[in-house]
Amino acid sequence: MQSHMKQNLWGYFFIGPFIIGFLSFTIIPIFASLYFSFTSYNLFNAPQWIGLDNFRKMFTEDPRYIHSLKITFVYVFVGVPLRLGFALIVAMLLNTASRAVGLYRTLYYLPSLIGGSVAVAIMWRNIFGDEGIVNLALMSMGIDPVRWFGDPGAALWMLIFLSVWQFGSSMLIFLAGLKSIPQSYYEAASVDGASFFQKFFTITIPMLSPVILFNAIMQTIAAFMTFVPAFIISKGTGGPLDGTLLYSLYLFKQGFEFFHMGYASAMAWVMLIIIAILTSLIFLSSKYWVHYESEGGR
Amino acid sequence: MKAKYFKKLSYHIIVGGFAILLLYPVFWLLMSSFKVSEQIFITADSLIPNPFIISNYAQGWEGFGDYGFGVFIKNTAVFVILVLIGHLISCSLIAFGFARLQFVGRRFWFAIMIMTLMLPYEVVMIPQYIIFAQLDWLNSLKPLVVPAYFGHPFFIFLLVQFIRTIPRELDEAAIIDGCNTFGVYSRIILPLIVPALATTSIFTFYWTWDNLLGPVLYLNSPSKYTVSMALNMFLSNETVSNWGAMFAMSIVSLIPVFIVFFIFQRYVVEGISTSGLKG
Repeated sequence: MQSHMKQNLWGYFFIGPFIIGFLSFTIIPIFASLYFSFTSYNLFNAPQWIGLDNFRKMFTEDPRYIHSLKITFVYVFVGVPLRLGFALIVAMLLNTASRAVGLYRTLYYLPSLIGGSVAVAIMWRNIFGDEGIVNLALMSMGIDPVRWFGDPGAALWMLIFLSVWQFGSSMLIFLAGLKSIPQSYYEAASVDGASFFQKFFTITIPMLSPVILFNAIMQTIAAFMTFVPAFIISKGTGGPLDGTLLYSLYLFKQGFEFFHMGYASAMAWVMLIIIAILTSLIFLSSKYWVHYESEGGR
Repeated sequence: MKAKYFKKLSYHIIVGGFAILLLYPVFWLLMSSFKVSEQIFITADSLIPNPFIISNYAQGWEGFGDYGFGVFIKNTAVFVILVLIGHLISCSLIAFGFARLQFVGRRFWFAIMIMTLMLPYEVVMIPQYIIFAQLDWLNSLKPLVVPAYFGHPFFIFLLVQFIRTIPRELDEAAIIDGCNTFGVYSRIILPLIVPALATTSIFTFYWTWDNLLGPVLYLNSPSKYTVSMALNMFLSNETVSNWGAMFAMSIVSLIPVFIVFFIFQRYVVEGISTSGLKG
């Protein structure tokens, strides 16, 4: 009995830091944020209870909010599949015995390595400038230059390209997954005369599906919270014409530029709910397409 | 034989060529940092600086106001080191607890920890700001560093997974030899999880070095600015169109990231491949 008690004490001694941190930096802020979301609060006066007003305002009186939500969805649902698609294609190209693979793997990973930095956002801003190298490349191919900073739609694509450019970390995960598929599966399929595409859809995709699921969830959550590129590329404005006003950036502006802390907290809660719904939808869909080896099929 | 050679060659042309295309913007940034500012966009189609100058670096290094770029680098280094120490101590302790000890509530707290992995920072951002303001911690590193001493779910999870691969017989042998639980942690487990601690350190370095939102929220005086904030400042002063200096300092800010990567490449690649840490 005594040793049982002792075990508990040791356990809580070791995980104690987590519990203290969780209570003070997560759970108290979560409830505070929930409370603020029902108030009007500017940081200097006491919060005023206004019930569901923030949420009503968001969806009925704030076209900027609806716009920001819309472009964030475009950013996530165009950017993440493109990124994962690229990652998978390149991973398959690199899944060979060539000696240069190590080098290529490093080169393709480098954009992910530096992608989150302010330096790269600055670089992106400048290569997409009116006289930047992207427009030069377009012109050399006979395509009209695009005014990336003049057209809100083009500006959003600039952010999507930046996200796709960083497919390297997903590629590494896919590559590790590809390497774990037994070569004998492909050999057996070849003996049966399967084509490349048949092998791809009946071996590669099912065997890789748990990894794809993991990547899809993590990347969707991360994409939804994208802040730095939008902040730097638009110099904190979300422009042109709110074309790069991603959800996190608008939330930041509401909170720390306009000091609408209550409204920003309500936005954060809607974000949490959206992310929870998206994650559960991906999970729910997974039973139709994710294949777990140990369960003996679907 | 010839066909095989041709196939190999075309593979390298496609895969290598695409890699170069992908990294071209970075080369362009690097080479432009050696160009005269006024010429950067006039000669954007050429990688070769003519004339080749390094004065952009000297100019950028002066920073702005009374603070040189060296100050920002030093601030960032202090920030990184303090967070790093916090993560190494707290995450290893917590992970040992979860991976090795049997206690009431272990599953519950582990589930909670996994849930915090998914929690968007935005949800806690505003109340945290208010709490730190009440504590009078604004315009200091404290709000950015202190939470690191209470663990980070990503790294705790990584370390738990790693500790689970170590045979329990080692713990038992140590206990028979008279070690108490803390001894098992400090003498047995800690030396064996060094590779996972290396991964933790490397990613802590990357994420802290790049962190912009935290410093933007909490640091107001330029004397305390980090490198990413300094670059943001360069951008806000862009009206003077001193692109050369801004590009030069962007390159400077990337150098430590590249150095750490090339020294610890193995840990980075393994960290991502095995645990899905995003890089």
